[in-house]
Amino acid sequence: MPIPDLYRLDELFTEEQRLIQRTVRDFVDEKILPGVRQWNRDAVFPVELIPEMAALGLLGATIQGWGCAGVDYVAYGLIAQELERGDSGFRSFVSVQNGLSMYPLLAFGSEEQKDRWLPPMARGEVVGCFALTEPDFGSDPGGLITQARRTAGGWVLNGVKRWSTNATIADLAVIWAKDEAGVIRGFLVEKGTPGMTAPEITGKLSLRVSVSSEVHLDDCHIPAENALPGAVGLKTALMCLNQARYSIAWGAVGAALACFEEAVEYAQTRIQFDRPIAGFQLVQAKLARMWTEITNARLLVLRLGQMMDQGKAHHAAVSMAKRYNVQTALETARTCRDLLGASGIVDDYHVFRHMANLESVYTYEGTHDIHTLILGQELTGLAAYA
Amino acid sequence: MNILVCVKHVPDTEAAVKIAADGKSIQTQDVNFVLNPYDEYAVEEALRLREARGGEVTLLSAGPEEAKKSLRTGLAMGADKAVHLVCAHRHDTLTLARALAAAAGQIPFDLILCGKQAVDDDEAQLGVMLAEALSLPSVSAIVKLEVLDGKAVARREVESGLEVVETSLPAVFTAQKGLNDPRYPSLKGIMMAKQKKIEEIACAQSDSQVEILDLAYPKSRSGGKIVGQGAAAVPELVRLLHEEAKVL
Ligand SMILES: Cc1cc2nc3c(=O)[nH]c(=O)nc-3n(C[C@H](O)[C@H](O)[C@H](O)COP(=O)(O)OP(=O)(O)OC[C@H]3O[C@@H](n4cnc5c(N)ncnc54)[C@H](O)[C@@H]3O)c2cc1C
Repeated sequence: MPIPDLYRLDELFTEEQRLIQRTVRDFVDEKILPGVRQWNRDAVFPVELIPEMAALGLLGATIQGWGCAGVDYVAYGLIAQELERGDSGFRSFVSVQNGLSMYPLLAFGSEEQKDRWLPPMARGEVVGCFALTEPDFGSDPGGLITQARRTAGGWVLNGVKRWSTNATIADLAVIWAKDEAGVIRGFLVEKGTPGMTAPEITGKLSLRVSVSSEVHLDDCHIPAENALPGAVGLKTALMCLNQARYSIAWGAVGAALACFEEAVEYAQTRIQFDRPIAGFQLVQAKLARMWTEITNARLLVLRLGQMMDQGKAHHAAVSMAKRYNVQTALETARTCRDLLGASGIVDDYHVFRHMANLESVYTYEGTHDIHTLILGQELTGLAAYA
Repeated sequence: MNILVCVKHVPDTEAAVKIAADGKSIQTQDVNFVLNPYDEYAVEEALRLREARGGEVTLLSAGPEEAKKSLRTGLAMGADKAVHLVCAHRHDTLTLARALAAAAGQIPFDLILCGKQAVDDDEAQLGVMLAEALSLPSVSAIVKLEVLDGKAVARREVESGLEVVETSLPAVFTAQKGLNDPRYPSLKGIMMAKQKKIEEIACAQSDSQVEILDLAYPKSRSGGKIVGQGAAAVPELVRLLHEEAKVL
């Protein structure tokens, strides 16, 4: 049973936004939830669902033109929320395709690059990935050491990237590397370009329904027209992350809601000491707290979405929402896991999978603590990173 | 080929329905309303016919202002036009079928599709009555539809089998689950539906010939009964099923 909408949040969305939410919700119920347990066991991302997500218009959803739907940011947030109600892997796929692959083309690409790549990306025929992180540079991407050297006809790339979502299945990689002057730039590398390989990272205990990869660049030559003309400086890479963080903040709400709904129902039906465990004060205290926290998280991202639509969202506001909502979702998942007792550790229920997924979400796109430092710097004017 | 699809705005089947204070209607406040699930099959079938043969799909819905929401859902799925027969209050199905028939008279169509029934009142009457009001043949609860020149062949589920029916066109068909797998409204469809205008026609007021006197909740179920254990309990179980439950 859906939990009551105590704060009447539904009324804060337009008819179109609710219809979009419903479309994605139905898709998740019918296409994702029945298969997700097996995909999680097998550690596979079902690529066969990519064309279906594209047909719904989820890829490049906020972009106007190039065959994209052009929805507002609040609607996009609801899409992320509903997808992550299914599994963080699907929301990650869409965050990477939209925020980290299509957005850099839109914001920093030439007209030719946009015309060539955006339409097939919207159709799901071209899967993108984004490679900033390296084995030795995670929270500190400014230190990255992948090299881009000018050649007669273009550039040659050398280095190793790690933790690039989708790289193994991607047709187009957005690679961040330093030029001779030490300036970070973004490049497009097409699948099959000699010198690039993207082995999958195996053995993950989190985000198993998502492809995570290394990217090896070994004298990888690309033509001059594959440099993203506007992607110059670390700031441009961080602008992409801002897009993805926005969808993560909404997505976390979906994972939290999935766990919470499961736990409320479980608590109402699980009998111990001759009564439903939901009737015990300690259990109710946990439920009341989670319900309040989730409501907070929903209000936070709704306001953030309105600011995104008005072009007024400060990057620190995005950090605040990513930090708070993912923390809330992770704590909710852990508490719900506790409420399910031993049942909470088997995959007959969704909580454990969400809980494990949220460990990745807590870390990627700026760890929880890195966002703490971003907020700290914004508030005090003092940077505390190093 | 022009197709008219009649759709209804109904409470979501997941909604917990409560009886209103008057005892004769349901509380609509806080209840989520959706496009009637059987009508989704009708819309989908119409869209597929249009995709195969060209033409236009027009949606027609009678109901209060909120019924526009279900028309928008159908437009978002891909219908071309929508007509809203604005009726402030509830009519019996025959009166409604006549009103819809009058409205249908102003819309060019080669066939009409409806859902087999609306999941709110479950009457399963409207499609057939509409056909009667328009003096058209009707085939109800279809699970397959093939349109040929000037005629159509439909399959319908009957008790433990399938019935294959041929009819001339125009005709009215009502859709049963299994007819197709309705598409989700795409984001682009939803954005485009926002731009489309819904034509309004006023419902000629006529009195309802049927009045709901009273609504009541089903009896709440009482606890089960354990008759006994093992084979020894079987005769008593059979006796109870036969004499008390009267199911054997
Ligand atoms: C499933 C998954 C998918 C990913 N997808 C992508 C992708 O598509 N593209 C991409 O480029 N990257 C991706 N990443 C990488 C991700 O962004 C990094 O993991 C993240 O930035 C953290 O880097 P790190 O793992 O190297 O941790 P580290 O930076 O080594 O951090 C380890 C710990 O140290 C803390 N720490 C670090 N610096 C400080 C400091 N100054 N002050 C206080 N604490 C500090 C961190 O908060 C953390 O707790 C992905 C990661 C995962 C897990």
